[in-house]
Amino acid sequence: MRTDRSLQARGASLAVSIVIAIGGVLMLAPFYWLIIASTHRTSDIFSNPPNLVPGDQLWVNLTNLFVGEGFGQAVLNSTLVATIYALLGGLVCTAAGYAFAKFRFAGQGVLFGIVLVILALPSQVTLVPLFQIMVQLNWLNTYQALILPNLALPFGIFLMRQTMQSVPDELIQAARVDGAGEFRIFAQIVLPTMRPALAALGIFLFLAQWNDFVYPLIVLRTSDAYTVPVALASLQGLSDTDYGQLLAGTMVSVLPVLGLFLFLQRHFVAGILAGAVKQ
Amino acid sequence: MTSKLQPATRRRWRGSAPRLTPYLFLLPVLVLFAGFKVYPYLYAAWLSLTKIIKGQTTFVGLGNYGRLAADPIFYKALTNTLIILVTQVPLMLGLALLLAVAFNSALLKFRAFWRTAYFVPIVMGLVAYGILFSTLLNSHHGLVNFLLESVGLPRVPWLADPVWAKVSIIIALTWHYTGNSAVIYLAQLQSIPGELYEAAEIDGATAWQRFWHITLPGLRPAITLTVVLSTIGTLQLFDEPYVLTNGGPNNATLTIGMYLYQNGFKYFDFGYASAIGYVLTGIIGVIALIQFRFLREKQA
Repeated sequence: MRTDRSLQARGASLAVSIVIAIGGVLMLAPFYWLIIASTHRTSDIFSNPPNLVPGDQLWVNLTNLFVGEGFGQAVLNSTLVATIYALLGGLVCTAAGYAFAKFRFAGQGVLFGIVLVILALPSQVTLVPLFQIMVQLNWLNTYQALILPNLALPFGIFLMRQTMQSVPDELIQAARVDGAGEFRIFAQIVLPTMRPALAALGIFLFLAQWNDFVYPLIVLRTSDAYTVPVALASLQGLSDTDYGQLLAGTMVSVLPVLGLFLFLQRHFVAGILAGAVKQ
Repeated sequence: MTSKLQPATRRRWRGSAPRLTPYLFLLPVLVLFAGFKVYPYLYAAWLSLTKIIKGQTTFVGLGNYGRLAADPIFYKALTNTLIILVTQVPLMLGLALLLAVAFNSALLKFRAFWRTAYFVPIVMGLVAYGILFSTLLNSHHGLVNFLLESVGLPRVPWLADPVWAKVSIIIALTWHYTGNSAVIYLAQLQSIPGELYEAAEIDGATAWQRFWHITLPGLRPAITLTVVLSTIGTLQLFDEPYVLTNGGPNNATLTIGMYLYQNGFKYFDFGYASAIGYVLTGIIGVIALIQFRFLREKQA
């Protein structure tokens, strides 16, 4: 009986592992193909049978992309905008989350209600008004046009409010009794205990800005202001698209965030879960 | 709570924050919300009641909404969006549920590796994976059709046929988001007490009964959340059809989000685009509310 059961368990284990492995390979296959395709010229990408081993065109594709198309400017724009956005947005959302979690004040319920309503509203409604605001402020093609509108991200405020609730009130109270100022308490006592949550929020914000497409497409009108996704979409829109170059650019757009993700996976997953599962 | 024995010369008692403090912490958010959220939403509401006539923004009452109610392309976009919604969301969440159970089971080998493998597509930006999938699914030269042919199956006109174009978008969405939902389910699964399963096993419950009576009810909060969030996300669908099919062929993958964008930024009909936005808001509100009620009531 015993061996029968363990044999059965082994069979089940093998079956589950094989099914998950097949699905997992399908999930990873596009990444593999992206790396392969970026090392070939267009004709070899679409050859029959397809090339599934690396070619020798990576350097050529990258040179075309960065020298020919000025893709470096887009990478620079995206890096700066996403970094500034993650830092400022992290600070702004954390401060608001702290206020909601650790203070009782008039209008608190209404203000938090507004955060939740904005969280649920489709942001597409604001596309036209934001475009007009940016035209009037003469902010088209600027970093601030990309950074400011979503700096106060409802999801980020919500996330930080949830996490802040775990900071013991006694800690804050003790600092007050010792005479510490409110901003010093926030900066030197509360923030250091929040490091994992801050990392999670920072990664989330960086990724959101790095990958954002529709809104940047609208407020970026000249190619030297393009972010990476907008630059890629403009390359794809050409009539004689160089796919080697396009896929090399796609790979360049994916690698930094892939690296960030693999190194900081724990924080990244924690961020998604903190917003999702906590009641 | 606060000590009342402090010297009266102090401007405030030690141990209590000045009343203004929370507002100061909220100040940046309040200013940004007012300028970039509240004002745009109100302004869009006003715009939806206007039309540009001879270069002048003119009040037309509910004219845009009347036009929308009789616009066949809008209904096409609405139908497309709903078709993708009712197929993709159940498919994705069903797969995510199975994945989460597998990731939580000792039967699966190399669990951490596979968890990462299924989750990692979420980091790829929409434009990047749109480009990637449009090359993979290319009818004549794409890798997917080559593989289908090499096992004796016919080529599929992935992006050129009205039905297959929808299927392509559903595949792309499922690839991108399934791991994300699975991780949410997995976290909730791990919070279900193991004693429940042990007790059920002692009572002779089958694996299926344990899944149905312990796992599913335990997952209810996560299921509610993912159903509502995925629904809201799908109703706003824009990026995938924009990069994969550009709404084609023949508007077969035109979504409400794309139609809004086309009217606003291709035809510069800001009033009509804003009206579409508000109708979309209404649809999202109604559907999300129904789902919340339905999923909540079942819980009680």
